[in-house]
Amino acid sequence: MGKQEIKLMVDGKRLDGRLPDQLREIDMKVGVVDSADGSALVKFGNTVAIAAVRGPRELYPRYLQESDTGILRCRYNMAPFSVTDRKSPGPDRRSVEISKVMRLALEPVIFLEEFPKATIDVFVEILQADGSTRVTGINAVSLALASAGIPMRDMVIACSIGKIDDTLIVDLNGIEDNNSQADISFAFMPTKEKVTLLQMDGCLTQEEIKKLLEVAKNTCKKIYEIQKNTIKEKYR
Amino acid sequence: MAENYALDLIETGRKLDGRGLEEFRKIEIEPNIIKNAEGSARVRIGKTEVIAGVKMGLGEPFSDTPNEGILIVNAEFTPLASPDFESGPPGENAIELARIVDRGIRESKCIKLNELCIEPEKKVWSIFIDIHIINHDGNLIDAAALAGSVAVLNAKIPKLDGEKIIRGESERQLPVQYKPVTVTVCKVMDKFLLDPTLEDESIIEAKLSVAVRDDDKVCALQKQGREEMSIEDLEKMIGIAVEKSREMRKLVG
Repeated sequence: MGKQEIKLMVDGKRLDGRLPDQLREIDMKVGVVDSADGSALVKFGNTVAIAAVRGPRELYPRYLQESDTGILRCRYNMAPFSVTDRKSPGPDRRSVEISKVMRLALEPVIFLEEFPKATIDVFVEILQADGSTRVTGINAVSLALASAGIPMRDMVIACSIGKIDDTLIVDLNGIEDNNSQADISFAFMPTKEKVTLLQMDGCLTQEEIKKLLEVAKNTCKKIYEIQKNTIKEKYR
Repeated sequence: MAENYALDLIETGRKLDGRGLEEFRKIEIEPNIIKNAEGSARVRIGKTEVIAGVKMGLGEPFSDTPNEGILIVNAEFTPLASPDFESGPPGENAIELARIVDRGIRESKCIKLNELCIEPEKKVWSIFIDIHIINHDGNLIDAAALAGSVAVLNAKIPKLDGEKIIRGESERQLPVQYKPVTVTVCKVMDKFLLDPTLEDESIIEAKLSVAVRDDDKVCALQKQGREEMSIEDLEKMIGIAVEKSREMRKLVG
């Protein structure tokens, strides 16, 4: 991104010692917010996202209601202390956009038509940010929705893929995120094999994008296994 | 009913107004239409009309890019342009549009931001690109990105007298090295189409905006709409966009 040149790959390893296709340590937990209908905490290394689901519940004001379907509302927010320089609280342009793409990434899997006039509200707080916050948030929401017992067609699994020092890498941390040649945020329905979120920054050829999408798909399938185990553990 | 008609028509390879699926409406571009702006452009795609203006000012650089100018893209969907737009602070659609245009220009490295430093860590040029929608008849993102690129390409850096900016006088063009073009590809059933009107947009639930540089490199992607898509579809859509961008770049100048 035109910043000072930082060497991000040394002897085939990344600055945090990972191999290009290695995920950070992943930790997932469901049922972390007592007052919510469903909730989850997901950690990808130092990135920590917590998500809560409330609903389906009646939507007010009434003019917002849809007579034939429920709606999904999504709020992505970063805690002021989640980043090195304090982030001023409240929504900024970035979080408004992320809230929107997050909603669109999740809508396809929820049977919203079963809840006319209702809303399902999803709240995501980033407690600690070290890259890939929106995809970590989506993974948390996916678990939270499942733990709320909301009928879903599939899970949504998300990951970030990037290119640093001409190498494809998975699960970007903060430094990699800020200095990558390109990066994508990707969300995927693992059973139906469909993409629900795709955002890319940086310059890539069509061939490179093809490779990146393939890696993204396979990475999501790995994360899916962890999600499944998390839910099985909880409801065994 | 109208919806079914539109879908049937798409099956036969036509949009509602009779255009082919990948056929654009007439694109008209007028650069430098705003005297008080450092650069500007009006873009019409059919009845959709967008004005982009570039204003420049002095600012402090971001701490992680002490030698680079600052780029800020903003968009307003004023109630003038559509019965669906309301006054008030920018909503999520306006913000998303601005951020897609921003990424196309920023990630393509179109503007040589490193030539806009006046004093490292202290003073750099800030470039504000403001997108104003005048009339909304579909495909706002492509129109806005096109207007943004043309405005940037025509922008002149105002003359500087010590601390003071002398508006209306300039010493050089804004240094630009690429002409990014954004093409939004829509998917309806198993067909892909470009440049939908507002009416066409009502049946579209899957879109991909693709920003492409002069060297055919893709510099930004954004999936839109509430429908999921397969990886094969996404790859096809990127291909269509790259192809179309070459044609549209000729219009940028």
